[in-house]
Parts: sequence; structure tokens; C-alpha cells
Amino acid sequence: MLRIKRVPTVVSNYQKEEGDEGGRLGGGCGRNCLRNCCLPGAKLPLYAFKRSNKAANEKAVLSYENKEPPVPFLDSLLLGEWEDRVQRGLFRYDVTACETKVIPGEYGFVAQLNEGRHLKKRPTEFRVDKVLQPFDEAKFNFTKVGQEEVLFQFEPSEDDEIQFIPNAPIDPENSPSVVAINVSPIEYGHVLLIPRILECLPQRIDRESFLLALHMAAQAGNPYFRLGYNSLGAFATINHLHFQAYYVAVPFPIEKAPSKKITTTTGGVQISEILNYPVRGLVFEGGNNLEDLSNVVSDSCICLQDSNIPYNVLISDSGKRIFLFPQCYAEKQALGEVSLELLDTQVNPAVWEISGHMVLKRKKDYEEASEENAWRLLAEVSLSEERFQEVKDLIFEAIASGIEEPDSVNLSFLEKPDVTPQSLEDVDALNKGSQPAMVSV
Amino acid sequence: MEPQLVLIEQSFHVRYSVWVKEALDELDDSFVITDPCISGHPIVFASNGFQKMFGYSKDEVIGKNGRMFQGPKTNRRSVMEIREAIREEKAIQISLLNYRKDGTPFWMLFHMCPVFSKEDGKVIHFLGVQVPIVRKLRQSGCGVGRNSLNSCEDGGGFRETVFRCCRREVTSDSVMEVGHGLALDYFLDTDDGELEVDQPCEASEVEKMKAATAISNILSVLTHYSEVTGRLVCGKRCCLSGMGLLGSSLNISFGRIKQSFVLTDPHLLDMPIVYASDSFLRLTGYARHEVLGRNCRFLSGPETDPATQFQITECIRAEKPCTVYILNYRKDKTSFWNFLHISPVRNATGKVAYFVGVQINNICNSQSKQGLSPEMQHLSVVGAVKVAVRSLSMNASTS
Repeated sequence: MLRIKRVPTVVSNYQKEEGDEGGRLGGGCGRNCLRNCCLPGAKLPLYAFKRSNKAANEKAVLSYENKEPPVPFLDSLLLGEWEDRVQRGLFRYDVTACETKVIPGEYGFVAQLNEGRHLKKRPTEFRVDKVLQPFDEAKFNFTKVGQEEVLFQFEPSEDDEIQFIPNAPIDPENSPSVVAINVSPIEYGHVLLIPRILECLPQRIDRESFLLALHMAAQAGNPYFRLGYNSLGAFATINHLHFQAYYVAVPFPIEKAPSKKITTTTGGVQISEILNYPVRGLVFEGGNNLEDLSNVVSDSCICLQDSNIPYNVLISDSGKRIFLFPQCYAEKQALGEVSLELLDTQVNPAVWEISGHMVLKRKKDYEEASEENAWRLLAEVSLSEERFQEVKDLIFEAIASGIEEPDSVNLSFLEKPDVTPQSLEDVDALNKGSQPAMVSV
Repeated sequence: MEPQLVLIEQSFHVRYSVWVKEALDELDDSFVITDPCISGHPIVFASNGFQKMFGYSKDEVIGKNGRMFQGPKTNRRSVMEIREAIREEKAIQISLLNYRKDGTPFWMLFHMCPVFSKEDGKVIHFLGVQVPIVRKLRQSGCGVGRNSLNSCEDGGGFRETVFRCCRREVTSDSVMEVGHGLALDYFLDTDDGELEVDQPCEASEVEKMKAATAISNILSVLTHYSEVTGRLVCGKRCCLSGMGLLGSSLNISFGRIKQSFVLTDPHLLDMPIVYASDSFLRLTGYARHEVLGRNCRFLSGPETDPATQFQITECIRAEKPCTVYILNYRKDKTSFWNFLHISPVRNATGKVAYFVGVQINNICNSQSKQGLSPEMQHLSVVGAVKVAVRSLSMNASTS
């Protein structure tokens, strides 16, 4: 069994040290949680989104984009509710008081100095060799958060129009999905999307939940609001199904990386391989509708988790581009194959770090942050070329039924010169040295 | 829509003499001019060549954002690169798949650059030129010019303008000039149909040069017609703003926010307003230049409660948020109750860089309309401003 020790992230004010359950008495368990004891009579804002985006034709898409309100309602709702929790003092620190910068260089890695995020927590052991683990009621899960940490319920609308109810009862029969704050935010607006929270699903992608996450990205309609997912073994610390999301109004390095098209599925989803980036991965984009795109990605994720391969997912560009990274850092770490120097930074390479947003705990690391350092860390996260090839084959096998030209999928695609022009430029630029230039900060 | 059209008109007339549009209309190139200072970063001018290439009339594109020409197969990474160029106020030249009004996609070379105000170095417009990309794959064995000619003959009588362009090309031996007939290229591309849309497309050197030439021609027209007004524009940033004016990227981010709000800079003498939203101007009746650089107290008047003013001052001193009802006055001296929220806003260094003030007039109406309570409307503006200020100062803080 492989284990690593790490400081768990405190996402809720009710996330106590193990065996540290000091309960107060009152109505229910006394902390206004989301379990049966406190749910009766509880109300939360409810945002119901339009499910159908079935574009009858391309024109429909165009006119829709055009009519888009300046700030989509979900964006305002989320920002408003989040700022409300700021002013109510629910966060462990003010993340906007944490220094942050774009590291000079080709890719523009983003570094943040966050000295408060990991204070007052003892390192805990995490099992990293099992991507799927059963839900454990005894451990912390999101039904234990306080209702004040939940911003709103998020669900598909019944009559297919966007709806907002400021005070909607929480109906356990209705299996509500909720958006809650992360009390240790890594950027402004850091929230958790917890699909069907009361069903206590373990951290495991399924089609419905992934589509929900994609809807959230699309409805927020802000390219700088991204959602992420970490599987167990890829630095998820809570085994209760959740996605994370936050705002940073700069491009992530991964979004700038060139890619090479591999294939297009029958549903119009284009799958490409990321080039010239320290972590090998796939990009999914396009699709005749949101559901096509969602299903291809979730089927790929399901394939990975069923094969016990840890992975991270980034939903970017308002749900229009999705990045998938199988990874092996935690495994290497457990096997003692990661250098002490990297471990010392205590950076856990989860989805945000892989995407190029580095949250650093030591001032020294922040001040010395360079593209080279970021690159060196992320290179350790990536599968090897050979292993990535195997994993890719596995994924394409799993989703093969939906691929137009199955022949082109196997190994042959690598030979296909199908690089976009701007990619070529980037490749040229990068070929000057596969290592990014040293940068002084 | 009305007030925006007024802003769009102003966007041009403030800078250029009245003849500028006629001069721009004489250029053959396809191009648009956009104004990042207006909410939604709309198109404020579209050339005749543009209308021909995209099949839209002027009225259909003025006031719209350029994203309306993107479609399902437009490369998202390219869209991101353009978004970032706008944010960083830089020029960009990139191949992009766009869609005409009839829904047909086509590849073009998009060349965009900022247009600066000479006096303060602020970006006032973005200029975007579109050059259709002629596929070289299909032209094996013959010169570019020849091929254009052939294609044209095949579709003889397609459209008067097209034909005229072709005739012009026939007489020209120079490969360099081929691209000049925009309508011709448009026509050629229609010929290609959807087949090659999936294939990425790279512009030739000729096309790149054509785009660059168009940019410089248009810039010189703009510069020329701005001389008359004394508010000069230029293609290169001539001076850096020292007055705490905001960059166009912040303006674009703030432009998305519909509510009434102002940003004030506590590090400048007397904490002047450095940004005022369109709604704020509508609410108070002032023009933008009348409020920028002034302290917010000009909104107060004889009946304003000094205790409330004191409360605001105290909150600002303590760098704490506060919410008050304050009696304010419009430019025409009429008073209104302002449900005001003020909050400090930190930049990427973690220090308080601005204060944001969000005004809500007439609370009773505001709730039903938007669905969010007035308090939530306050806070959503604060959140959006915090994200924009923090993120957009990330690059600056490293230098």
C-alpha cells in the first residue's frame, strides 16, 4: 500500500482534526450542517440553469453568444455570495492580501505566496495507490459543513429557463447539488461544487456530475472562472465528490500550450495532445453540444479511474476546452523517487499547479520562483512518454465507439503533421531550448 | 441600446474630425475599430470591405462584440490569444476561423493593434484588419495571380464588385497586389466550401504583409484626422500615464459590470475618482470627464448628513467596508437617496490600491428586476472589481 504524508487542506470551518469533534447543542447538532439533524426548514438560494444548449445549427450558437448579457447572472451571484462570506469573516485569511505575480517567461506561470493556508494542521497520511475508494462516513465530508458556508443550490431548471429563488427550501428528495466556499481559498471566488451532496458520492467522475460541472463553467460565462477536479491519488484530500473553481483573470500556462489534433469523435469533439508542456495530457474541445463534449471527457475519466490511474481535469474557457492529465507524482513521492528539494517546497501538484498556478508556502520559494523551477516540478508530475502512450491507447479504446476514423487513432497519429500554425510558431520558439530560459525575478 | 449608440458616436467624434469616416470608407481593406472603454468592447466602425467580406450591414455589427464572428470551429486557443493581446494592449497577427452572416466559415488573417492617445498613452481604440487566407494547397503548379484569375473566370458575373476586382488583378503581374481585391478573396474562399475548415490554415507572407500595410494605412488616416481635433492618436504608446488612469484591460473588465460604481485611488491627492461606470454617469447626470479626477464629495449637497460622510471617511481610514444611505445630488441639483457600499480593493501585492463605491438608487425597484437583493448587487460588483484589479496588476507587480 502506498501512502504519503501531507498537510490536509482545511476547506471548511467544521473540518476538525480527527477525533476533535467538539459539538455544541441546540437545534440539530448545533452547527447548522447539511445532515438530517439540521436540514428540516433549511433554505438556500437556488440557481436553476437552462439545460438544453442543443444548437440546432451554428447560427443559433452565434446569436446566443451575441445576446449574452454583459455579466451572466451566475457570475454575479457567485461573486456576491462569496464577497458576503468574506465580509462575514468565514475565511481563514484574506486571499486578496496574499501577494501574487506572473513569473516572467514564455508561459507566464502564476505564483502566489500563501503562508497561512497550511498553518495549524498536522500532516496526515493519505493512501495514494487507489483512485477509487468507498465513501467513509466517519471521515470529513461536505454534509458536515455549516450552512453558512454553502452559497447556493445549483440544478437544471425544470422548465428550461434560468431561474433564481433567493430562499429555496433544501429538499433532500430532490438530491440538491450545492456550491460551497473553500475557507482556505487559493484565489478569489474559490468554491467547491458538490454534486448531489446528500448522496455522499465518493470522489469519482460520472457522466451526470461532470456535465453539471461543465454547465457551471458555461453558465458563469467567464473565461477566467475555471473548474478543476483532482482524483484520489492526484491530490484530492476529501473523498466526497467535488469540483473546485475560482477566478484568476490571467491565462494559465496550460491554456497557452500548443496542441496537436489526434482525432474528432462522431459527436464533433476534437481531441488533441498537448505539446511543449511539462505535463503530458489531452485537450478536448468542440462537440455538437455540451453533452457530447462532456460525455467524451467523462468516459475518458471513467476509463482512467477504473484503470486506477490518478488524474486531474481542468475545465477552461467557459467549458469550451477541457484538459485531462494522468499523473504519477504521488506514486513517485510514496516510492521515495521525488527529490527532497521539491518535497521541501510542499507544493502538491494538483490541477491548479499543473495548469500553471503555483501556491507557495515559503517566501524564499516565492521570491525565487522561476519558469525553470515550475517546469522542474511539473516534469515530475508527468507520465513518461511511453506510459502516456499506453494510457492514451487505453482512453481511445474506451471511447473508440464514438470516433470517426478509428484507424487514425492508434499510433499512427503521431506521424500526422496536423499542427496548427500558431502552434508551429510556439514550437519553434520553444525549440530554441527544450528547457525554458533561466529567469531572474 | 440608445445610450450605447450615443457613446459609440462620441467614441469617434471626440477624437477625429467629421470627415474621418468618409476617409476610412475609401479604403478597400476589411477592418473594424472597437472601443474598449465602452461596456462590452463594441465595434464602433466597420469598413465597406468588412461588410462585403462578412455579409453583415453596418447596423448589424456596430455596437456588437467581435466574438459574434466566431463559431463552433473557431480555435479556442487563438481566441484566448486575442483576448490576452487586448488585455496586454499589444498587437497580434493570427490565423482565425470566422463565420459570415450566412453561417459559412472561412479562414482569415486577423491583425489587431491598439490605438493610443498621444497625450496620455491610454488605449482608446483597437483596430482589427481581416485578410482572407487564400489556400496555397489548391494552387499547385501555378502562380497565385494566375489561380485567382482562373477561379474568377469560373464564376464570371458572380457579382459586379467581384468582377471588377478580378479585372484589376488580371492586369497586374505582381503577386504582391493579388490580395488587394478583398471581394475576390472572399469569392475564392466560398469556392473552397467547408472542406478545409477543419484544417488549420497559415497565412502567406504576402497576406501578412498586406495586413500590416492595411494597419499602417488606417493608422495614418486616424492620426491625420485626429490632428484637427488636437486630441492626437498614434499607433505606438508615446508616454506612460502618470495620473493613475486605468489601462484599457481594466476598462474592459469593468465595462462588463452594468451597475453604477466608481473606483477611487487613495494614493493620489484627495482620493480622486479614477473610473466611473456608464451607469454612474447616467445616475448622476455628469459626463465622464467631469467626474474623473474629482473626490466623490461633489455628490453631496446641503441636505447631506455630515455624520454619514464622517462614517464613510472613518471606514476608508480603517480600510474597512461599509454600507450607508446617503443623500446625494445629481448634476442638475436634484437629490436622490443613494444606497452606497464602499469596500477596499487590493492589488496583486496584497496592498489596498483602490476603494470601490457601488451606488444603488431606488432600492425598491432594484430587487425585483435582477433577482439579487440590493446588498448582493453591491457585493457582486465588489467581487468583480477585486478579481479584475488583483489579476490585472499581477504582471505589473513583477517589474
